[in-house]
Amino acid sequence: MVTWLGVPPFPQAATEALADDQLRANLAHATGHIRRKRAAAVAEVPDWENLRERATAIKNQVLSNLDGYLEQLERAVSERGGIVHWARDAAEANEIVIRLTRAAGATEVVKVKSMATGEIELNEALAEAGITATETDLAELIVQLGQDRPSHILVPAIHRNRTEIRDIFRATMPGAATVSDEPTDLAEAARRHLRRKFLSTPVAVSGANFAVAETGSIVVVESEGNGRMCLTLPQTLITVMGIEKLLPSWDDLAVFLRLLPRSSTAERMNPYTSVWTGVTPGDGPQNFHLILLDNGRTATLADEVGRQALRCIRCSACLNVCPVYERTGGQAYGSVYPGPIGAILAPQLQGGHDKQIDSLPYASSLCGACFEVCPVRIDIPEVLTHLRAQAPKPVGESVSMKGLGWIMSSRRRYEAALRAGSLARHLGQRGINALPGAAGWTVSRDAPLPAPQSFRDWYRENRS
Amino acid sequence: MTKVALFATCLVDTFYPDTGKAVVSLLTRLGCRVEFPFEQTCCGQLHFNAGYPEVARSLAERYEEIFAGFDAVVMPSGSCAGMVRDIYPRLPVSARARTYELSEFLVDVLGVTDVGAYFPHTVTYHPTCHSLRVLGLGDRPLRLLQAVEGLDLRELPGAEECCGFGGMFAVKNSAVSSAMLADKIDAVSGTGAAVLSAADNSCLMHIGGGMSRLKLGTRPLHLAQILASTRELTW
Repeated sequence: MVTWLGVPPFPQAATEALADDQLRANLAHATGHIRRKRAAAVAEVPDWENLRERATAIKNQVLSNLDGYLEQLERAVSERGGIVHWARDAAEANEIVIRLTRAAGATEVVKVKSMATGEIELNEALAEAGITATETDLAELIVQLGQDRPSHILVPAIHRNRTEIRDIFRATMPGAATVSDEPTDLAEAARRHLRRKFLSTPVAVSGANFAVAETGSIVVVESEGNGRMCLTLPQTLITVMGIEKLLPSWDDLAVFLRLLPRSSTAERMNPYTSVWTGVTPGDGPQNFHLILLDNGRTATLADEVGRQALRCIRCSACLNVCPVYERTGGQAYGSVYPGPIGAILAPQLQGGHDKQIDSLPYASSLCGACFEVCPVRIDIPEVLTHLRAQAPKPVGESVSMKGLGWIMSSRRRYEAALRAGSLARHLGQRGINALPGAAGWTVSRDAPLPAPQSFRDWYRENRS
Repeated sequence: MTKVALFATCLVDTFYPDTGKAVVSLLTRLGCRVEFPFEQTCCGQLHFNAGYPEVARSLAERYEEIFAGFDAVVMPSGSCAGMVRDIYPRLPVSARARTYELSEFLVDVLGVTDVGAYFPHTVTYHPTCHSLRVLGLGDRPLRLLQAVEGLDLRELPGAEECCGFGGMFAVKNSAVSSAMLADKIDAVSGTGAAVLSAADNSCLMHIGGGMSRLKLGTRPLHLAQILASTRELTW
């Protein structure tokens, strides 16, 4: 059973990840490549900024009228023969999937790549219920076969190179004992393995990239065609969708279908876009269930600053430009949502506080590269500092920071501290953050020495 | 004559007084009347970024009280200027002071790119994250440097990538910060420049601290010091 339980706080997990030279090389290569490609794909669109603004406005409109749109979607899906379920949290959603799978008489499901089912740890819940889930997205399959955890939203096996993938396939995939590390060979082995699953499994589970409220249509975009197989071959289709994935109309969808591929895979258009509306008699799955998942979203929506994270379309552009992510990879974040968006989404969806979750908003230098590329203009640095403000602080740090604030709020105290050299200790050697005993700074950098004469003393003597 | 208030920043006041002296010298040379209000302390960025917005708010209110009456407030820091202009309104503290980062003030307000400086050295420039992405300084600092007589400007590869400082980040996530720093230092070294410049002493303190630890010869120097340099006075 592979779960996120027990992942240490970010600084510790990141330090471990940094020690893995292979991981760093794989990540630097992959993120560098996709970063350059994305920049080129975006530069081709003259009205990109306008598109970002429209997308932001559409998502804000949805979030401020979410209840109405959800009911509209429920009606539309039901009218077209689908069945809508509401899940308050992960446990409820997992229970519904298990019940529906059993009702279909199945012990196996095939899965379309989905962040929502990763979030609720559906595969693990299914396994406990005696149901085998097979990931059919190539990268998700690599992660699953390797008993590994995902490290990227779009490319969950980004931390693996092809030699490692060959070894995983050889060890775990039926019929792949002699596969080479050529990408075409690896893909062919996976294709043969998966084809048998597509043709024999009666239930598919998917997520959703978008749902169009006016018609009740669900949209999945993908690159490999595995999704299309899952969405059309099995008799029963179960879709788990976060409640924020709604769009009011097809015109709105058009905006996102332009933004998402360029932001995520740096393609002008993704290879497969599947759209379905309820059930079509005689064509495709004859039983369609839509599970609308809350799992912390309503609580997130209540936070005026934090709610913008719900605009996220899971493109992963922010991961690919993040200098922190590039060096640590995704597993250090301890969540299915890594990188800058994960650092603001995971703490909000989970709610509450623990050392791991509270460390995430600090896993950023606030450089702002994520905000610059986000297609729905989520001001990630703004939410990071907002969450830092809410996180419990170590007592020593809090005392020290408030003390520094007290000094800074009076000229007399400030100048006294400046002359006594204690300001320099606060701002410099002991770390800009005045963490008692923090040795972090001097691990790799020399600390500055206070100037023999402060600027203001020089000014007083020479200028005033 | 433009009446300018200098906000030195707490870091410059404490560690890098030469940056402040350079700003005074440069702006005076360009015909400004510079004042240094002694009541000033810190903009509050450190507290805000660390998760203490209440402390930041009281420092922000102080700043606005002290500086509201001036034609312009100039500071040698992209990140402190970003704090005042981008963050203060969210605290919320109404931004009454007309706040500028130095290169912005020179190019946009005074309308100069050639400030009459002389600096016969090879220089590479790190644009700093908040200058780039919060203030949107663009190529203003580079235009200023290109106009400096004798200066040989070397392009910094991956210039827009963070050096790994991030205030509290450098200590709380020291290992990741150090890895980012190592790559930045490699890029700086690769240019062969004698001087690394930036519009922020905080980033320079970070990169400079790393370069000094590695005993590299490249010298960190604030943009203001280069622009203030003449044949008679130099850093």
